[in-house]
Amino acid sequence: MTPIAPEHAVALAAVLFLLGLIGVLVRRNAIFVLMSLEIMINATGLAFVAAGAAWGQPDGQVMFLFILSMAAAEVSVGLALVLRMYSRFKTLDTDAADTMRG
Amino acid sequence: MLHLLWLIPSLPLAGFLVLALAGRRLPRALVSIVGVGSVGLSALLSLLIAREFVVRAPEGDAFVQTLWVWMNVGGFAPSIGFRLDALSLLMTLVVTCVGFLIHLYSTEYMRDDEGFSRFFAYMNLFVAMMLALVLADNLVLLYLGWEGVGLCSYLLIGFWSRDPANDAAARKAFIVTRVGDAAMAIGLFILFTQLGTLDIQDLMQRAVREWPVGSGVAVAAAALLLGGAVGKSAQLPLQTWLPDAMAGPTPVSALIHAATMVTAGVYLIARTNVLFTLAPSVQALVMVVGALTLLLAGCSALVQTDIKRVLAYSTISQIGYMFLALGIGAWQAAMFHFMTHAFFKALLFLAAGAVIVSLHHEQDMFKMGGLRKQLPTTFWTFLIGAAALSALPLVTAGYYSKDAILHHAWSLGRAGLVPWTAGVLGAFLTGLYTFRMVFLVFFGEAKTKARHGPGFAIHLPLVLLGALSIFGGFVETPESLGHVTVFGRFVGTILPEAGTAHAALGPEWLFHAAAVGLPLLGIALACWFYLLRPRTETAGLGLDSLRRFWFSGWGFDWVYDLLFVKPFVTIARLNRSDAVDWFYRVVADLSVGLHLVLRLTQSGRLRRYASGIALGAAIILAIVELR
Repeated sequence: MTPIAPEHAVALAAVLFLLGLIGVLVRRNAIFVLMSLEIMINATGLAFVAAGAAWGQPDGQVMFLFILSMAAAEVSVGLALVLRMYSRFKTLDTDAADTMRG
Repeated sequence: MLHLLWLIPSLPLAGFLVLALAGRRLPRALVSIVGVGSVGLSALLSLLIAREFVVRAPEGDAFVQTLWVWMNVGGFAPSIGFRLDALSLLMTLVVTCVGFLIHLYSTEYMRDDEGFSRFFAYMNLFVAMMLALVLADNLVLLYLGWEGVGLCSYLLIGFWSRDPANDAAARKAFIVTRVGDAAMAIGLFILFTQLGTLDIQDLMQRAVREWPVGSGVAVAAAALLLGGAVGKSAQLPLQTWLPDAMAGPTPVSALIHAATMVTAGVYLIARTNVLFTLAPSVQALVMVVGALTLLLAGCSALVQTDIKRVLAYSTISQIGYMFLALGIGAWQAAMFHFMTHAFFKALLFLAAGAVIVSLHHEQDMFKMGGLRKQLPTTFWTFLIGAAALSALPLVTAGYYSKDAILHHAWSLGRAGLVPWTAGVLGAFLTGLYTFRMVFLVFFGEAKTKARHGPGFAIHLPLVLLGALSIFGGFVETPESLGHVTVFGRFVGTILPEAGTAHAALGPEWLFHAAAVGLPLLGIALACWFYLLRPRTETAGLGLDSLRRFWFSGWGFDWVYDLLFVKPFVTIARLNRSDAVDWFYRVVADLSVGLHLVLRLTQSGRLRRYASGIALGAAIILAIVELR
């Protein structure tokens, strides 16, 4: 098994990050927005791991653990917000929840 | 007893506070008791203090009571302090006693007015401020009283503020006197910066010590004080406000615009007489102002149709006499005339008020007539006042005071020619316009039916003031008539005696003939024109334009309107869209516009915000990378 070149891993991470970003910007359903956010977070995690492997340092993996726990917290808060949003607006469309417009 | 001095101004002030705070809730009877009682107590107290002062004169003929230091800023420490000497005692007695009688009169005059308690509150405040003015031992406290009476004058002229004309009169009075007050304030600044104190006694001593006679700074200070006096006392060229001030209720005209406030200028000059002696040119100016004013106002009084305006012009004219007396150094005579004038002019105004009320607020003399039978008490007291005003010889107070002024001018020799001539001509005019008024109002055929005569509260002040108008003059008589000098000895402790070092203008009999004869001639002419040969004024004489000119007060209003009011209004109109405002309006409009633009970004849509964040991050990354 040949080791994966760091450039490839970082390129994959960039593609994943962009996909996630597009998902956040395009999807209107709050659940899908959250899922896209997860993809973006994991893309950054992948970039850390790849960088750690490239330099032979454990810091990248340590950082990934942090990101993992942060993502768990984010999801729990995010899902709670989604529930509140649904009970308030009877929909998960983020564009419908624009009561804070100027 | 003297240490109760502070109570004299405090009592009316307390009356004002009570009436201003609770007046609306009090029943009218209680309002009258508080309003009249406070001034009455004050009058009683001043009489007691006067007795004590005369029986046992305090050291140095003055009693000073300092209550507390008003403020203490960098060596400037005016006190709230009262100084009782012959001059301030005289003023205090006149203000409180005449004030009390007028307050009593007002209880009936204002009985049906909805602003009853407001009226008495203002009147009490006025009396308190006037007393602060005359009793003040320093010029700052005097200035406080000076502005205070100006405020009360404004409030009371515009008392019936439903009519915009009254408001305009009140504003006019306030603004015109403000011109003089500004001059006076600058005068006070000069005095303080030059001499370092505003305590009147210190000031006079230092002025004598440091300024030679006729020095520039003394002239400037005296001239600026004269400006204040001219404004307050309605002398040329600031006399235009007083005739319009008759818009106020008649008791106000009697108290403020005849007996007391308008003579504050005379008091100021008499009080600072040392300063005016140091500036002979300004003192001569005082004389000229007085002489001109008394003649111009006398002519204007001749042709007025409104009874109160006649009295207003006659007040201006009589204060002109006082200024004339001050200008020729007859300090005592000026104060003597002030006292008798307060009596008979208050009497005339109150009697005129009684007439006006009886005729359902009719003020036009040509619609009156024949009231002699219908209002006998008013007629006789008015006649006494008119006789005193026109200086009917021997029996009236006005004769003795006016005679003192004229006699002083006479004894000055050639220097006294101008003031003496003006004085006797003025005396002739006074007799003419006064009795024109008497004959028009009380004689002839009745043109308007009077309602029931006035009551006790109106009659008592009239009778008392009538008595004072007769007997008030016997305290100082010329040498040829008993030579009583009670008044002269009394105020002589403060005011220098009139010197008689010059050769008189002529023999004594000529003086007496003129001083007695010309007023009588005026009365006789009035009798001829308005009683024996009654006809419309100046008919067939071809003097209509002159009559209109005098009626308008020598066109002063017209000139001031043209010179000051119109340009000011024009500038105000041009600048209606304020140039300075314009700049700020642009700033405001700009920020409103920016706000509208930035508002669009706050769409409330999550995706917009997320794309904003992404875009921002991309831009920052690009900057970092491409740098």
